[in-house]
Amino acid sequence: MIRIEKLHKSYPIGKDSLHVLKGIDLHIKEGEFVSIMGSSGSGKSTLLNIVGLLDEHDEGDYFLNGQLIKNLNEKKAAILRNKFLGFVFQSFNLISYKTALENVALPLYYKGINRKDRLKIALEYLDKVGLKAWANHLPNELSGGQKQRVAIARALVTKPKVVLADEPTGALDSTTTDSVMDLLKDINDEGMTVFVITHEEEVAEQTKRIVRLKDGIIISDELTKPAKAV
Amino acid sequence: MFDLDRWREIFQSISKNKLRSALSGFTVAFAILLFTLLFGIGNGLQNTFKNEFAKDAMNSIYIWSNYTTKAYKGNQIGRRIQFKNDDFTFLKENFGDKIQTISPRIQRSEDVVYKDEKDRYTVRGVYPEYYVLESAKVTEGRFLNYRDINEKAKVVVIGRMVEKDLFGQLSAFGKQIKMGGIIYKVIGVFSDPGGDSDERFIYTPFSTMQRLYGNNDYLDEFGITYNPNLSIDAAIAFGVKMQRALKKKHNVSPNDQRGIGLNNYASGNKEVSGMMFGLSILILIIGFGTLIAGIVGISNIMVYIVKERTKELGIRKAVGATPKAIVAMIMQEAMFITAISGYVGLLIGVGILEIAGPSLEKFFILNPGVSQPVVIGATIILILAGMIAGYLPAKKAARIKPVVALNAD
Ligand SMILES: Nc1ncnc2c1ncn2[C@@H]1O[C@H](COP(=O)(O)OP(=O)(O)OP(=O)(O)O)[C@@H](O)[C@H]1O
Ligand SMILES: [Mg+2]
Repeated sequence: MIRIEKLHKSYPIGKDSLHVLKGIDLHIKEGEFVSIMGSSGSGKSTLLNIVGLLDEHDEGDYFLNGQLIKNLNEKKAAILRNKFLGFVFQSFNLISYKTALENVALPLYYKGINRKDRLKIALEYLDKVGLKAWANHLPNELSGGQKQRVAIARALVTKPKVVLADEPTGALDSTTTDSVMDLLKDINDEGMTVFVITHEEEVAEQTKRIVRLKDGIIISDELTKPAKAV
Repeated sequence: MFDLDRWREIFQSISKNKLRSALSGFTVAFAILLFTLLFGIGNGLQNTFKNEFAKDAMNSIYIWSNYTTKAYKGNQIGRRIQFKNDDFTFLKENFGDKIQTISPRIQRSEDVVYKDEKDRYTVRGVYPEYYVLESAKVTEGRFLNYRDINEKAKVVVIGRMVEKDLFGQLSAFGKQIKMGGIIYKVIGVFSDPGGDSDERFIYTPFSTMQRLYGNNDYLDEFGITYNPNLSIDAAIAFGVKMQRALKKKHNVSPNDQRGIGLNNYASGNKEVSGMMFGLSILILIIGFGTLIAGIVGISNIMVYIVKERTKELGIRKAVGATPKAIVAMIMQEAMFITAISGYVGLLIGVGILEIAGPSLEKFFILNPGVSQPVVIGATIILILAGMIAGYLPAKKAARIKPVVALNAD
């Protein structure tokens, strides 16, 4: 699903440039549930943004769903994002003047689906994250956990192949963290590839594979022991 | 292409961000309001000028004779020049191609009596063509015609004020009045935009008057309208040429300004049309200035709006908005706000002109207002302005990388 080879990324800072990713090799197969850990500034978000086509890499190859990502223009990137990727951010990134339902329906708008169908599908996904009753509330009327669940519903609504989450629980307390993680696990169980950045060992423990990043290189990449076998 | 969904997005974005929308709307509305007011006032000033000169035909030339002030070719100074019927023929034969209408005129003051009412009026013996010169309007009956001239008929056409003075509320039409002891029949009543004094004239056939006052072929002056196809400069030259020809015919020194006098409205027109032209240019500059100020204002606001919305645009991009969709959304929003608020500004401006119009007459502003084409033109310019104002910031917004946009706040 995601194949990264010798990936480099630097940010220009004034005259100098800051080398953030220094040759990343990573292969994530369809249906995996991967977490990335590492100290602050190690390049986790940078990696995720490149994977999410929100940013471009400098060197190396990146294949998304078998397609080489290179010199992508914004339009193609937008279409690929809309088709393959769903995003969950630490700060939720909901549009403040749109209701929960409208926020969830937004990706479908850019997919060109008509309003009636859009709202119907969006409501199904809100229901799935347990927020059907909150459909017509604005984001500022929701708790952090609720907002993140709306964001997850939005990420899922286009049935993406990969869900990318940058510290989805970073702004949440432990109970809401658990409910968000349960949701991500459910999604993964349905076959979706999930890629999560986190700081918290307990969160990483709940994924199936942990990749550790340090100073722009992968220092370890191992599968977690399967949690309680059910 | 009407895309209901896109309009819905735009309406939501406008109505949920009232302050922002109001801010940009206000700028545009204000610019258009100013534009309308200035344009309207400018038009009002022009109307005043036009009106001032519409009192008589704009292409009139009057020629009269007087005492000479210079000795010339053996003639003494102070000789009285007298026009005669052959001067009429002379002008018609030599200048016919440049003359639209020409009428000789004899003018006397006369006591006029109807029953017990009596007053003194100016009586003018003229040809039917004279009607054109005064821009008079016959409100009842008719003006003089050639049959009256040929028959030397004892008929008169009287001004509205004459009718009012002598007949009170009654109609003068068909009644008989007495002037200098002779009875005339009133065949018409006229009104004149020149006002009361122009409505105290009495017109009678030139031939009748020549016959009854002196029984000779003398006449006082000529009223001419020149061919309206002549340019103002050509018309002025034409007047000078006629004057010179008549001076020659009557042995008046070419340098004698009084022996034969001429008043050519073209000279006045030249000044007025120059002034009107200047005024239109000024109005145009001011109008465009305000419009451009409005465009600049809305552009700045659009830049601010796009900046404020960067994060939202980043979110939209992350969920699949193409750059084109972003540009279209911002531009459509800008166009919508400019068009609507511009129209509101226009309506307010027209309303103010409508209400304040009458009280502005003392400032030489008559019927201020904007015409249909100006309104349509301004609206089109507005929509274009909205497009221009929206385009650059929209383009810029569409180019921001999603990561950068998402990290903005
Ligand atoms: N747009 C940018 N321009 C310049 N430098 C950047 C930019 N984005 C990130 N960086 C730098 O790159 C490095 C890696 O940033 P990144 O956001 O990937 O770290 P991270 O591992 O996600 O950290 P955190 O855990 O704090 O989120 C940091 O030193 C950061 O300052
Ligand atoms: Mg980060």
